[in-house]
Amino acid sequence: MKNFAHSWKVRVGLGLLAVYGLLALFGPALNSLLGLDPRAIDYGATGQPPSAAHWLGTTTGGEDVLAQVLAGTRGSVVVGLIAGILSTAIAVLVGVIGTFAGGKADACTTFLTNLFLVLPVFPLILVVAGYLQGGGVLMIGLLIGFFGWPGGARTLRAQTLSLRNRDFIVAMRMLGERRWRLVFVETMPHLAGWTSAMFLHAVVGAVLAEAGLAFLGITSPDAVSWGTMIQQANQQSALLRGLWWWFVPPGACIALLGLAAGLVNFGIDEIANPRLKAARRSLVKQVDKRARTIAARPEPVEQEIPR
Amino acid sequence: MTARKTPVPTPVLEAVGVTRHFDVSGVLGRTQVVRAVENADLTLHRGEIVALVGESGSGKTTLARLLALFHPVTDGEIRLEGTVVRPGTKAAKAYHSSVQMIFQDPFGSLNSMRRVRHNIERALRLHGHAAASKAERRQQVLELLERVNLTPAEHFIDKLPHELSGGQRQRVVIARALAVRPSVLLGDEPISMLDVSIRLDMLNLLARLRDEDGLSLLYITHDIAGARYLADRVCVMYAGQLVESGPTEEVIQHPKHPYTRLLLESSPDPERLMNPELGSAFDRTVSPGEPPSLVSPPPGCRFHPRCPSARDECRRAFPGRTEFPSGQWTHCWLHGSGGNRLTAPSNTGDHQADQRR
Ligand SMILES: Nc1ncnc2c1ncn2[C@@H]1O[C@H](COP(=O)(O)OP(=O)(O)OP(=O)(O)O)[C@@H](O)[C@H]1O
Ligand code: SF4
Ligand SMILES: [Mg+2]
Repeated sequence: MKNFAHSWKVRVGLGLLAVYGLLALFGPALNSLLGLDPRAIDYGATGQPPSAAHWLGTTTGGEDVLAQVLAGTRGSVVVGLIAGILSTAIAVLVGVIGTFAGGKADACTTFLTNLFLVLPVFPLILVVAGYLQGGGVLMIGLLIGFFGWPGGARTLRAQTLSLRNRDFIVAMRMLGERRWRLVFVETMPHLAGWTSAMFLHAVVGAVLAEAGLAFLGITSPDAVSWGTMIQQANQQSALLRGLWWWFVPPGACIALLGLAAGLVNFGIDEIANPRLKAARRSLVKQVDKRARTIAARPEPVEQEIPR
Repeated sequence: MTARKTPVPTPVLEAVGVTRHFDVSGVLGRTQVVRAVENADLTLHRGEIVALVGESGSGKTTLARLLALFHPVTDGEIRLEGTVVRPGTKAAKAYHSSVQMIFQDPFGSLNSMRRVRHNIERALRLHGHAAASKAERRQQVLELLERVNLTPAEHFIDKLPHELSGGQRQRVVIARALAVRPSVLLGDEPISMLDVSIRLDMLNLLARLRDEDGLSLLYITHDIAGARYLADRVCVMYAGQLVESGPTEEVIQHPKHPYTRLLLESSPDPERLMNPELGSAFDRTVSPGEPPSLVSPPPGCRFHPRCPSARDECRRAFPGRTEFPSGQWTHCWLHGSGGNRLTAPSNTGDHQADQRR
C-alpha cells in the first residue's frame, strides 16, 4: 500500500476523493457553522453573482449556491456510494462466484447477466423511479446500482475464467483448498484492480445518472444534490440568463469527481501487479547503489579514470 | 545409475487400462473425439522413479492429469494402494493427501500475490499437519524449505514469487507438495523450464526425496539423459499409447520397439548429461514423418506410417504385449506378439471394431 500513493496522480486523486468524503460527511454541519441554509431565501438578493454575502452567488429564488453545493455533495456522494457498492457487489457475486460455482449456477448467472446487459437501463430506471416517486437519494442509489452491474459482471467473469484454469489455482485446488478461499484468497486479489476501477467507474456513473434523472425531473422534491441544482438552474434558463455561478459549481463538482476517479485508477494498476512495483523498486535500488558507489569512490581514483 | 529392484509388490499408484477421450467441436459444429490416452497401464511402486517419455502431443500430460484426478477417465481405473479412486468422490479428497503434482511452469504455479509461507502453511493446514502455535508452524515451514535446499530458509520464507528465480520457485512448489506428506509426486516436465545450470541440482533433489523418504515419482520428460540419470524405469508413449516399458538401462541399451530406438537415436549423446542442447532435443524433431492425428489415428500399430520395419499385420491390428525376461515389455509385431503375450490387450479388439465401423 505504501507504494500506492507513490505517484502524484494518485495522491491528487485520493486527496480530491477525501475532500468529497469530508464534504459529504460534514457539509451540512459546515453550512450551519457558516450560518448558511440551502433552503433559506434571501429576498434582497435573487440571482446575484458571487459577493461577500453569498460567496457563490444566489439562485433566482434567492437561495445561497454555496450552501446548496455543500448540502448537495452529500446527496450525490450517497447516491454514488450506494450505487457503486451495490453494483460492484452484484458484479462480484455474479461474475466471480458464479463462475467458480460452475454448472447450473454459472449457466444461471450468465443468463442473468446477458438479460440485464440488453435491457435499456436508463429508460428503465426512469420508468421505475418515476413509479416509485419520492424515495429520495437512497432509492435512486439502489435503483442505479441494481441496474448497473452487468457490464462489470461480464468483465469479471472473463477474468475469472482465465484465472480459474491457471496453474496456481489448479495447484491450490489439488492441495484441497476450499472453494470460498479459492475465490476470496487466491483469485479476488488478482481482480482487485479490476474491481476497484469498476467501483470508481460505477460511482461516477451513478452520480451522472442521478444528475440525469434529476434533470428529467425524476427526483424527490426535498432532495438536494448536484443534479437537482443543475435541473433547477436549467428550469430557470440560467444558461440563457448568464447565471453561470448557479450551474458551474455543481457541474465542476461532477467533473472533478470523474477526474479524481481517473487519477486513482492510475495507481490501481500497480497494486494489482506486484511485478510492476518490484521493477520500479529494483530500478530505484540500482540508481541508489550507483549514487552510493559514486559518492564513496575515493577522490584520486576518480581522477585516474580516463575521460 | 544401476537399475534398482522393484521393492514392493502392490504398487502405490496404478493406472489400469486408462483411456481418455476429449470431445472437441471442430468446424461446422461437428464434434470430434481426440483419443489423447488409449488403454494405458502404468504402475508406480514405493520409492521408485518412473520416467514417461514421448514426443510432444503423445498424451503424457493427459496421463499425468488423469493420475492427478484432474480429468475423469473415459475408461479404465486409477488405483491408489490397490483401491479404485474416482474424481469428485470423498476418496478423491483424501487421494490428494497421497498424490501431488508439480507443474512444468514454476512461474505459473505459484500465486504471484502470496508469499512462500502462505503456500506452505496452507498445505500443512489443509492436510492436518499444521502445528498449533505460530512459532512451531514457522519452524515447520523452515524445515520444508531446507529439505528442498532453499537455505538459509529464513531468507526465503517471506518472499513473493517474483523475488525468486525459476529454480527457487520450483523448489517452493516441491516444498508445498511435500508439506502434504504425499507418497507420490507427479512431475510434468518439472525441470524443463529451469536454467540448465541448476537442472542437475533439481534431479539430485528428486533422487534424494526418493532415497531418503521413499517417495515415488512419475517423471515426465523429453530428456532421455535426465531420465537415464534419475529413473528406475522408463515408459515410452506414442500417440496416446504406451508402447514400451522396462528398467531404464535395459530400455536404453536394448530398446525393443522401433519408436524407442528412434527416440534414442535422435537424442544427442546420452552420456553428455545435462548438456544445454539436450533439454528438449527430440521433442519436435523426432524423425521423418509427422506424429499421427489423435482424432483418426492410423489403424493397427499407430506407428506404422513411420516405422522402418512395418509389415502387413502392423496395419491390421494393434500388437499385444510381449514381455521379456529383462523386465521389459512392448507392443510390437516384431516380437512375435501373441506367442508370449501375458496380458491380452483390449485395444486390439478396439481397433478391429474401429475398422469395421
Ligand atoms: N483439455 C483438452 N481438450 C481437448 N484436447 C486435449 C485436452 N488436453 C489435451 N488434449 C489433446 O490431447 C493430446 C495429448 O496432449 P498432451 O498435452 O497430453 O501431450 P504431451 O505428451 O503432454 O505433450 P507435450 O510434450 O507437448 O507436453 C493433444 O493432441 C492435445 O491437443
Ligand atoms: S508393430 Fe509393426 S509398425 Fe508397429 S512398431 Fe512394430 S514393426 Fe513397427
Ligand atoms: Mg505436456
